[in-house]
Amino acid sequence: MTTPTAVALEDAKVAFRLGDDRVYTAVEKAHLSVAQGEFVAIVGPTGCGKSTLLNVAAGLLKPAAGSVKIFDQPLAGLNRDAGYLFQADALFPWKTALDNVAIGLEIQGAPRAEALQRAQKWLTSVGLGAFAGRYPHMLSGGQRKRVALAQVLIRDPKILLMDEPFGPLDAQTRQVMGNLLLDLWNADRKAVLFVTHDLEEAIALADRVVIMSAGPSSRIIGDWRVSLPRPRDIFEVRLDKEFHALHREIWGVLKDEVMKGYAQSTQAAEAV
Amino acid sequence: MSRVTLLALQVLVAIVCLALWQLLSTVPVFGKILLPPFFFSNPVDVFAQIVKWFSSGVIWKHLGITLTESVLAFVIGSAGGVLVGFWFARQPLVAAVFDPYVKMVNALPRVVLAPIFALWLGLGIWSKVALGVTLVFFIVFFNVYQGVKEVSRTVLDNGRMLGMSERQLMQHVYWPSALSWMFSSLHTSVGFAVVGAVVGEYLGSAAGLGYLIQQAEGIFDVAGVFAGMFVLSAFVILIDFGVTLVERRLLVWRPTVDGRG
Repeated sequence: MTTPTAVALEDAKVAFRLGDDRVYTAVEKAHLSVAQGEFVAIVGPTGCGKSTLLNVAAGLLKPAAGSVKIFDQPLAGLNRDAGYLFQADALFPWKTALDNVAIGLEIQGAPRAEALQRAQKWLTSVGLGAFAGRYPHMLSGGQRKRVALAQVLIRDPKILLMDEPFGPLDAQTRQVMGNLLLDLWNADRKAVLFVTHDLEEAIALADRVVIMSAGPSSRIIGDWRVSLPRPRDIFEVRLDKEFHALHREIWGVLKDEVMKGYAQSTQAAEAV
Repeated sequence: MSRVTLLALQVLVAIVCLALWQLLSTVPVFGKILLPPFFFSNPVDVFAQIVKWFSSGVIWKHLGITLTESVLAFVIGSAGGVLVGFWFARQPLVAAVFDPYVKMVNALPRVVLAPIFALWLGLGIWSKVALGVTLVFFIVFFNVYQGVKEVSRTVLDNGRMLGMSERQLMQHVYWPSALSWMFSSLHTSVGFAVVGAVVGEYLGSAAGLGYLIQQAEGIFDVAGVFAGMFVLSAFVILIDFGVTLVERRLLVWRPTVDGRG
């Protein structure tokens, strides 16, 4: 039996036109598929275009070549099956936490009372039941991420795209958020594409870890299956022997790319 | 410093200033009065004048007129500024075409328009409203324009990914963002609405605080001029206080300026 493919990038190339008419190729020939119910993490050095790839899957960016298929349908315009969790703060600052979560339902035409009721439930399930009336600036970074998670999940998207969502958080909060994400994900196992620069986080969360080379023209250079048992606890899984073996193996490949990426970014800085 | 001490010191400043004024305008120093009453009047006379205005009730009519003009100028100017600001921000081509003219009109000292408005709209309230509108419009316009243009890319993308249509983006993202910019300039625009009204009255009218001051000046009634100025200050402070209250209600979602949150 084959599970349907939620996201399939085939030979996707992403290029940007720079100010002086040169073309900058961010990602070259990316071949990536995420099966339904699969949690895939993309790891790569800074500036390798992993977020770019995510934006392509979201439909926010059009690939210069290649194709994007969502559930075997070519993607045109925005990906309506996907929920997107941004790295930066993306909550509406003029709405309370409750309204921020409810908005996804309201714009679909759900009656306000019902939207608010379900939003309250979601806030409770991300542990913020008592913070419904707070505005984003009154919440901590971690709390804002929780609201953002509820905002995305209340729409029940089939695919979850996450762009270093816990990047701005401190180490402990990241782990707590990782566990929260796994708990919520476990309930209905959506397809997840999770971008991060943190290899440990990637292994702890994902079913598959995909490594990208340093940019420009970065490619996917490795694909590892993580067969650690689920449900996982991020705190525990890091102590597992298999975790360490896998980490050593992947890091062996990733390290070179990180050094390359670092060298390139410093060179580029010197050239400027 | 405790609030009581602060208040005491603030009151002390007023008392010292008024006392010096009263002293220097009535008691000769080395045989000479430093503040001749003809030019400087004195606090007692000014206060008497204010009391007279309020006890006879004359002042209410003038205050009412000035208030009406200010409110009208603010409402019309803001509405125009919001509409045009939105339009320009969403239509870059229109903005580019009109850009030099907007700059030109904005560079013009608005006071020179007062005679034109008086000519076109007469000496009634509308020439003052028009002057106020030209002042308020540009402040609101620039803020709304900025507000719509500088909506955070991420927030906008988030709205799109949540499934908002263009109309819903307008309602849930552009509009609140533009309004927040407009409200952040509320003090300035309300202040300018009053300036427009008073300057307009001063230049030619039959009622209002500006008219009162101009009348007093016409007959060298310095006490009247100062009394008019004090009433005007109190009037502006009251309006400003009202604006602060409104602002606090409308911008609850904003972080406070002292960096908390």
